[in-house]
Amino acid sequence: MNDFLEEVNAKINGVPIQRCYHCRKCTAGCPLAFAMEHNPNRVIRLIQMGRREEVLGSATIWLCVSCETCITRCPNEVDIARMMDVLRQMAIETGVAAKEKNILRFHEAFLANIRMGGRINEPAMMVHYKLKSGDLFSDMAMGIDMFRKGKLSLISPRTKDMRSVRRIFEKTRQS
Amino acid sequence: MKVSYYPGCSLHGTAKEYDLSVRSVSRALGIELEEIEDWSCCGATSAHSTNFKLSVALPARDLIAAEKKKDQDVMVPCAACFNRFKTAEHHLRNDPALRAEVEEIVGGRYQGSVAVRNPIDIIANTIGLEVLQEKVVKKLAGLKPVSYYGCLLLRPPEVCRFDDTENPVLLDRILEALGAEVRPWSFKTDCCGGSLTISKTEIVVQMVNRLMAMAREAGANCLVTACPVCMANLDMRASADAGLPVFYFTELAALAMGQEGTEEWFRLHHKDPRPLLKGLQLL
Repeated sequence: MNDFLEEVNAKINGVPIQRCYHCRKCTAGCPLAFAMEHNPNRVIRLIQMGRREEVLGSATIWLCVSCETCITRCPNEVDIARMMDVLRQMAIETGVAAKEKNILRFHEAFLANIRMGGRINEPAMMVHYKLKSGDLFSDMAMGIDMFRKGKLSLISPRTKDMRSVRRIFEKTRQS
Repeated sequence: MKVSYYPGCSLHGTAKEYDLSVRSVSRALGIELEEIEDWSCCGATSAHSTNFKLSVALPARDLIAAEKKKDQDVMVPCAACFNRFKTAEHHLRNDPALRAEVEEIVGGRYQGSVAVRNPIDIIANTIGLEVLQEKVVKKLAGLKPVSYYGCLLLRPPEVCRFDDTENPVLLDRILEALGAEVRPWSFKTDCCGGSLTISKTEIVVQMVNRLMAMAREAGANCLVTACPVCMANLDMRASADAGLPVFYFTELAALAMGQEGTEEWFRLHHKDPRPLLKGLQLL
């Protein structure tokens, strides 16, 4: 029995990925395949072969932007987009270092920002991300331009009932 | 008609011209917007990429708040929020165990009693294109847009079905009603790179430049979208020589209806669309 395959299937909670007959329609339509080291079809094959480390340690699972073209076109209804979410979450839960660190740092900064104010405050979120990623100076001119146009406000309205927002974060926290 | 309104975080910040134009067009078409009380962020890509339950619970909090206004559809203009709301709704309706858990997390009952809708759907299918057309005082002659839906309005089809998945047409019909000369193209639902724009900018630049090249090849002089993420990427990430002006469809509706304030919104774009509009005597 292939534990990795079973674990992924259980978390997807839908069509088992053995249903894939490798027509590669997912990959033909994937807008990020050009930037991935393993295309979506290959990720399925690697899972079928139980190659956990290669999958969870890949850049692919972070580069997937969840455009859902794959699941829309898959003739066997394998939910590859959901599979990518599952793989990212498995990588986080099992402590596999994200191959694309800044993509994960962006997600973390984004969620930390919601946790703080209930809504995204773009300047605060960007500062958080930049400090975590060390990518301090990119997009500065653009940021200043947007600030001048009043698109980046430091005091955007927040959610008032923050207790309920924090409760959601606490109760969904992954061990 | 009266609808609950979920602007989402973008429409209060980087996409404020979308918020202003949705409000303006809604007023003109007799759609009364009532903002969902004390709403919170939908969690966007970052929640569902890293924490499934969080990605359902955050929109569930807003859906439950919206259900206080019975039988009132929820208008969600941001494609990203719309997709998260529809996906959460899908899970809550089809997985009773998850629903019970999320209700406990959020502290409220989810009844599934309100419909989540995008303004494209509301304007085309409920208000009607004839009504829209009657309000047009300045036809957008010479404007040759391509409709750009991006990923999140129509995928996956069993969750977000209000237009064809591969070749959606409602946005084309709306723009035609405004008098624009819509160009056909095959990239209506191709991806702009979404949330990678900050963390993997170079990839997004490649994706956006390709879309711009295809729009030019289709004979377009602008792109029209209903998504703040698509707008940000198309408008700001295209290389200077590749980029075409990009509009929210509601900005063009307001322009064609002769509404005040449109020029102020266009000023907020990164790629200034005013030279194009002035050249066509639309401003």
